[in-house]
Amino acid sequence: MSKTPTNENAGSHLVSYPKFIWRMCVLATEGNWLFYAWMIALTAVALVGLNAWAVQVTEGMGVTNMSDHVSWGLYIANFTFMVGLAAGGVMMVIPAYLYHDEDMHDVVIIGELLAIAAIFMCIGFVVVDLGRPDRFWHMIPGIGKFHFPVSMLTWDVIVLNGYLLINLHICGYLLYNRYRGIAPNPRWYIPFVFVSIAWAISIHTVTAFLYQGLGGRPFWNTALLAPRFLTSAFVSGPAFIILALEVIRYLSKYKVGDGAIKILVNIMRVTILINLLMLVSEVFTEFYTGGSHTASAQYLYFGLHGYNALVPWIWTSVGFTVIATLLLLCPKVTQKPAMLITACVLAFAGIWIEKGMGLIIPGFIPNTLHEIVEYLPNSLEWRISAGIWAAGLIIYTLAIRVAMPIFTGEVSLKKDTHA
Amino acid sequence: MSEENTSTTTNAISRRTVLKGVGATLGAAAFAKAIAPLTTWAKDQSVDEFLQNHYRELTPEQMKEVIKRIEEDTKKDYGADVTIKDPKPQAGVKFAYALNLSICVGCRKCAKACHVENNHDRPSGNSYIRVLEMKKGSLDMAHGRADYSGPVPKSDSFYMPVQCQQCDSPPCVDVCPVEATWKEKDGIVAVDYNWCIGCRYCEAACPYHARRFNWSKPVVPKEEINPVQGYLSNRIRPQGVMEKCTFCMHRTREGKLPACLEACPTGARVFGNILDPDSEIRWVLENKRVFVLKEELGTKPSFYYFFDE
Repeated sequence: MSKTPTNENAGSHLVSYPKFIWRMCVLATEGNWLFYAWMIALTAVALVGLNAWAVQVTEGMGVTNMSDHVSWGLYIANFTFMVGLAAGGVMMVIPAYLYHDEDMHDVVIIGELLAIAAIFMCIGFVVVDLGRPDRFWHMIPGIGKFHFPVSMLTWDVIVLNGYLLINLHICGYLLYNRYRGIAPNPRWYIPFVFVSIAWAISIHTVTAFLYQGLGGRPFWNTALLAPRFLTSAFVSGPAFIILALEVIRYLSKYKVGDGAIKILVNIMRVTILINLLMLVSEVFTEFYTGGSHTASAQYLYFGLHGYNALVPWIWTSVGFTVIATLLLLCPKVTQKPAMLITACVLAFAGIWIEKGMGLIIPGFIPNTLHEIVEYLPNSLEWRISAGIWAAGLIIYTLAIRVAMPIFTGEVSLKKDTHA
Repeated sequence: MSEENTSTTTNAISRRTVLKGVGATLGAAAFAKAIAPLTTWAKDQSVDEFLQNHYRELTPEQMKEVIKRIEEDTKKDYGADVTIKDPKPQAGVKFAYALNLSICVGCRKCAKACHVENNHDRPSGNSYIRVLEMKKGSLDMAHGRADYSGPVPKSDSFYMPVQCQQCDSPPCVDVCPVEATWKEKDGIVAVDYNWCIGCRYCEAACPYHARRFNWSKPVVPKEEINPVQGYLSNRIRPQGVMEKCTFCMHRTREGKLPACLEACPTGARVFGNILDPDSEIRWVLENKRVFVLKEELGTKPSFYYFFDE
């Protein structure tokens, strides 16, 4: 913004911005055979999901395994986890901008783009959970009826969309200026970066409050829920980013410094332990106290009156998390990619179960009249969920595909103009 | 890309461009195929319904139009001639319900009457009332069950029907993101079936399992449809929205008693206007040791339970 180097280079935004958008579109459809194969596979899965959703909208949500007893299922489970993933990206932003870590600064956009992709997936999971997606406009302030501030769901709408806009702005602004070959003006993005840090905390806190504030569901009605949400988000987020960085490292020519990965591992070492500590605290409170408030936890961990559909899930999660913790605590983990990747995959899968099915479903079992009706998602729900994951990965892949060449200066307005 | 590069790779680029075009076409075709089921759904949607305003913002003229449209749709979809009214709360009336647990025998006639009166989906056997068979000696619902069978009453059990408690501090109303559910002046918690987005947050928030979701379009044979319908109560609900007990608003606001009360063979149910000092409900509340369910949650139910002894 400050000073335009030459007119032919940067010129007016009216010229350079459409050029930038067009260049991104071109970049997004270019790649090697692996890129095409990956994108085609993801598109196929996304379309299968879209088809399943079309069936669900037409036939009604009775085609899922949800019921009046377990009225939220795999969709809201994934939604909850996905909010954490979006918030987790901030664990790159903090070292990069608060501690001015150079290695992290080079790759921080990977985390910010993850936030964008994850929020799109969050919105997707909410939309497919609506019985009347055609009435989505009822939630738009002004033309609909936005029950703010009483309904926590309206807070969630605000924080999630706000977080999306902030990250779109930061990434868009930085990329556009890189493309134009101009140093970004800190005034136009640094304040937003700081807002995004606080905002990241807010998205997962508000999402926890959705559940935590319901007095009729003792399993969720604990003050520990929001802190645990955040801690687990700061495990799953860095875990996913490390995996993404490793993939970028192996499949592209972009340099990913060891420093960034080391910091993320150090963050995970702390957060995964705090998460385990909170788990122990929660389990202790439930089982030492006993009484009928413990029924959901009993159902989740050990089964209740012969019903135990979630028991294998949660012990898988506990096992994964414990193994991931041990691997991460091993000093050699940063030098052994196989070990690190295993640890990240296990941590990510462990949190996905715990913050998904392991959190949402027991809230409904037993139900508020203490009846036990079990739930496991059916194939249609898996297809829709896989479709949203695929769509999210499409967004993330394209975002990285577009961002990296611009970020590293490989593609720029100058080069495009001279070509 | 530099000049000489372009010339040597022209063929490759054009091949790639062709492939991209083929890919995009195939993708678009697959997309159209994927969303094809929506065409059947879209056929049943009307612009008027889509644009319809919130219940509390409809003018009387608009309401008339809406009711006419819904009556016509019911005729078209179900073949039944129905009359939909929109009775308003009466001044000086606040409804309350009390249930005598000493004489309830657990016959579930109330649940059945609710099913018929409120045009519930037949295949699922839905009802706003769930009757719990509780072991004598405990009020903890953990020791009750709703799926009991065999002759009733069993000597070691008592029976507790549970339906919407029409709370004065209803968590379901608080959580709704679009104000599709609210408390009416006479204490009834209502749902605008044409405004609800079907997020089911209210169902998660309710501590009494009072809310039901229309998982599919309700199936009711033409001859079984109750043609006397209320806009906020027993009209046939659309697919994908919440519903709940309305204390039979279409009856009680016109001076009649709820269907569940009329069906009760033992007289365990007492219903009336809590603001009327001479009402039976008032007498029960003043003379019996009544209690409410889950009082510790602060929901302030308008539904009371009591024992004779």
